Amino acid sequence: MGEVILTMKEIDKFFPGVHALDHVSFEVRKGEVHALMGENGAGKSTLMKVLTGIYKKDSGTIIYEGKEVEFHNTREAQSAGVVIVHQELNMLGHLTVAQNIFIGREFKKGIAIDDKKMNEEAKKLFDRLHIDIDPTETMSNLTVGKQQMCEIAKAISHDAKVIVFDEPSAALTETEIEELFKIIRDLRKQQMGIVYISHRMDEIKVITDRVTVMRDGTYVGTLITEECTKDDIINMMVGRVIYEDPKQKSMVAKDAPVVLKVEHLNAGRMVQDVSFELHKGEILGFSGLMGAGRTETARAIFGADPKESGDIYINGEKVTINSPEDAVKCGIGYLSEDRKRYGIVVQKTVAENSTMATLEKYVKGLFIDKKAEREVSQEYVDSLDTKTPSINQLVVNLSGGNQQKVVIAKWLVRNCDILIFDEPTRGIDVGAKNEIYKLMNKLAEDGKSIIMISSEMTEILRMSDRIVVMCEGKKTGEIGIEEASQEAIMNMATREIS
Amino acid sequence: MSKNSVPNTQNKSVISRLGGQKFIVLLVVVGLIIFFSAVSPDFRKYSTAMSILDYSYYIALMAIGVTFPLITGGVDLSIGTGLICYSLTGGFLIVQKGWPVWAGMLMALLLSIVIGLLNGVLVSIMNLPPFLATLCTCMITRGLGSIFSNRLGISWPTSGTPGSWFRNIFKITVNGTKIPLGFLWVLLLVAVMAFVLNHTKIGRYTIAIGSNKEATILSGINVKFYHIMAYVISGLFAGLAAIAYSAVFSTVQPGTGAGFELEAIGGAIIGGVSASGGVGSVGGSLIGVFVICLLKTGLPYIGLQANWQQIITGLVLIGAVLVDIMKKKKEKI
Repeated sequence: MGEVILTMKEIDKFFPGVHALDHVSFEVRKGEVHALMGENGAGKSTLMKVLTGIYKKDSGTIIYEGKEVEFHNTREAQSAGVVIVHQELNMLGHLTVAQNIFIGREFKKGIAIDDKKMNEEAKKLFDRLHIDIDPTETMSNLTVGKQQMCEIAKAISHDAKVIVFDEPSAALTETEIEELFKIIRDLRKQQMGIVYISHRMDEIKVITDRVTVMRDGTYVGTLITEECTKDDIINMMVGRVIYEDPKQKSMVAKDAPVVLKVEHLNAGRMVQDVSFELHKGEILGFSGLMGAGRTETARAIFGADPKESGDIYINGEKVTINSPEDAVKCGIGYLSEDRKRYGIVVQKTVAENSTMATLEKYVKGLFIDKKAEREVSQEYVDSLDTKTPSINQLVVNLSGGNQQKVVIAKWLVRNCDILIFDEPTRGIDVGAKNEIYKLMNKLAEDGKSIIMISSEMTEILRMSDRIVVMCEGKKTGEIGIEEASQEAIMNMATREIS
Repeated sequence: MSKNSVPNTQNKSVISRLGGQKFIVLLVVVGLIIFFSAVSPDFRKYSTAMSILDYSYYIALMAIGVTFPLITGGVDLSIGTGLICYSLTGGFLIVQKGWPVWAGMLMALLLSIVIGLLNGVLVSIMNLPPFLATLCTCMITRGLGSIFSNRLGISWPTSGTPGSWFRNIFKITVNGTKIPLGFLWVLLLVAVMAFVLNHTKIGRYTIAIGSNKEATILSGINVKFYHIMAYVISGLFAGLAAIAYSAVFSTVQPGTGAGFELEAIGGAIIGGVSASGGVGSVGGSLIGVFVICLLKTGLPYIGLQANWQQIITGLVLIGAVLVDIMKKKKEKI
C-alpha cells in the first residue's frame, strides 16, 4: 500500500427526512483494494455518488491527490481520474466495443470519426489489461463479464487513479470473477486506488487489503482484511440497537396445516432450487441482501415470471400456476414492492381499486354493480381503518400507508388466503408502518398466511414467526424466530457459495 | 439488456445479419421485378420503369430522412403533409409572387428545416412522445399548406415554360430518350447520409440515443442537440422530397400528403430499421422503399387494384416487424 490518494472527511448528506450520511470518513491509498461493506441502505452507494459528483454533499471535505476537490458531475470526476464502474452497465448495445469506450470523445479525421484509430487505442487498452476482446465487436454480442471488462477499460482510458467497483461480481460467473480479480490485481500493481463494494464475504477475503464497514449512514470502522474474520465484519455490520422488540416466539399453532408448499423451484439465475413450507396463520419472513432472489422467487410462485421447474402445493394439492390469473384463482395475492407500478391504479378511486381483482363478481349483465362495489369497499375501508375521506377518493391522494391498505383490501375482497407482502413498508412513514404491522398480525390471527419479503432486519425480527434466508438465488437457511438473531441471519445471507 | 449471459458464439453475426437483411430485401426487389415482368408484358416497358422511378424519388428521400428519427427510437409523421405544405409554399411564391424558382425552392427547404426543428424541440426539450409531437405538426403543416395556397392546387412551372429547368434535375430528355437523372441524386444522397450515419458524430449519437438514451446522457453527450438534429434531418429531406414531388408531378393539391409518410416509414422498416431504435441503415431504407414502390406500381399490371397494394404492403410490413422482434429475442437469450 502506498500513500493516501483520496480522503473523504466528515461527509454529511441529507435527503428529505433521512440523514443518509452522518459524518462519514473514508480513505483510499495508492495500490490498495479497499472494501466498502454494509447492509442494504447503509449508505455505501450514496457515499460513492457523493464522491463522483452524482450527489452534492451537505458538508465535509474530499481531498484528492493532496488538494480539496468537489466534482459537480461524473464527467468532472472522470477527467480528474476518479471513475465508477456501475453495477448496471452503461453500455450502448448497438455500437461496437471501441465506439462505446470512446463515446463522447471520439477521435476525428476532418468531420469523420476515426474508427480505425479508436479500434487501435481500444486494443492497446485491452493489451494493458491482458484481456482479449475484439474492439470491433458489437457490444450486445459480448457476455456480461466481457461487457464489464469494457467498462473497466473505459475507466482506465480516462487515466483513472481511483476506480470504484459497485458490486462488480453480482452478474458474473465464477470464471469471469477470476478474470476480474486478475485485472484488479494488475491495477493494484499499477498503483491505482480501488474501492470494492460487495456483499460477498469470500471475495472480500480474497481480493481486498482493508475493509471499511458502514451502518445506517454512519462510519463503523476500518479493518485490515488479513487480521479480521468474517464474524468481526458481520458484527460491525449488524451491531445496531433495535428499537422495537423482536417477536419472542412463534404465534403459529404447533399443528397448523401447511397451506403452501414449494418444492425445488427453479426460475433463472435468481431462483435456484428453492423449497419451503408456509403454515396457516404464519408470517414467514424472507430475508437476504439486495439481489438475493427473494422478489424473483415470489414472482415465480405468483406466475408473473416463468418457472423452469418445481412443484407448488396448495393445501396439499398440487397446482399449476402459469400466470398471475392462475395464482389468484389459487387464492394467492401479491403485494408488490413497487405499489405504483404493480399494485394500484393511482388515478382510480378507492372503490374501483378494491374490486379490481374481483370485478367479475361485481358485474350485473353488462354493467358494473356500483352499489355492491361501494358496499364492499366501504366494508374494508372500515375494517382496515383506511384513512380516506370517502371511497370515491382517488388513490393518488392517499398516503403511502393507506395506499398499501387499499392493495390489501383488493386481495382480501378476492378472498386470498395466502398473501405475499414484498417490502410492505417501503416508502411508508413510521406511524403508518406500525399500523401495517398490526394489520398483518391481525390477518395472521384470522388465519391468513403471509410471506413477507423485507430488507429491514428489524422488520424481519419483529414480524416473522419463521425466517427463510436467501443468498444469490439459493435458500441458504431457515430459522425459527426463537433462535433468530441479526448475526445468525446475516451469516446466512452472506454465506460463501462455492 | 438482460443481465443473463449472452452466448459469445455468434461473433459478427449482428453485422452480418444486418447486411443479411439488406441483402434479402434486395433479393425481394429483384424477385418482384422478375415476377411482374414475367406475368405482364406491359411491365417490361421502359416507360414503366420510368414511372416507378418517378414515384420512388419523393418516397425515397423521405425514407432517407425519417431513418434518423426512427433510429433514435422515435418517428416523424409530419413528413407527408409537410412535403405538400413545402411544395405549395414554394409553388405559391414562384407562381403567384413571381419569385425565381431557386428562391422558391430555398424557401421550401427553409420551411422544412423549421418544421423539423419544431419537431425536434417538442420531442427533445419538451419531452413530448414523438408519435404525438409529429402527429400535431402533421396537422399543422396540412393546415398551413392550405392557407398558403388559398386552398387551390398549384402547379410549379410546367415543361416548356420559363423556369421549368428544375424538372430536368430529375428527368432529362436526351435525343428523345428520357434519362432518370433523379435516381442518381437519390443514390448520391444515400451515400452522403450513410456516411453521416456511420462516420460522423451526428450519426453515432443518433444510434446511441436509440440504443440507450440514459447511458448516452451519462456519457456526457449533449443528447438534446443530437436528438433535435435527427428531426431536422428528417424535415430537410421532406423538403427535398417536396422539390422532387413538384418536379415530377404537374399539380400539387392542398389537403393531400397524409399517407406518404407511411410509405416512407414502411420502406425504412422493411429495409431493416428497428421499430424500437438503435438499428438501421440508409441504404436499407432505400431498398425497402423500392419494395413498396414496386408493389404500388406492379400490382395493377397483374390486375390487382390499388387497395390490394395497401393490403399486401401492410402484410409485408408485419413480416418485417416480426423479423425485427425475432432478432431482438435472439439477442436477449
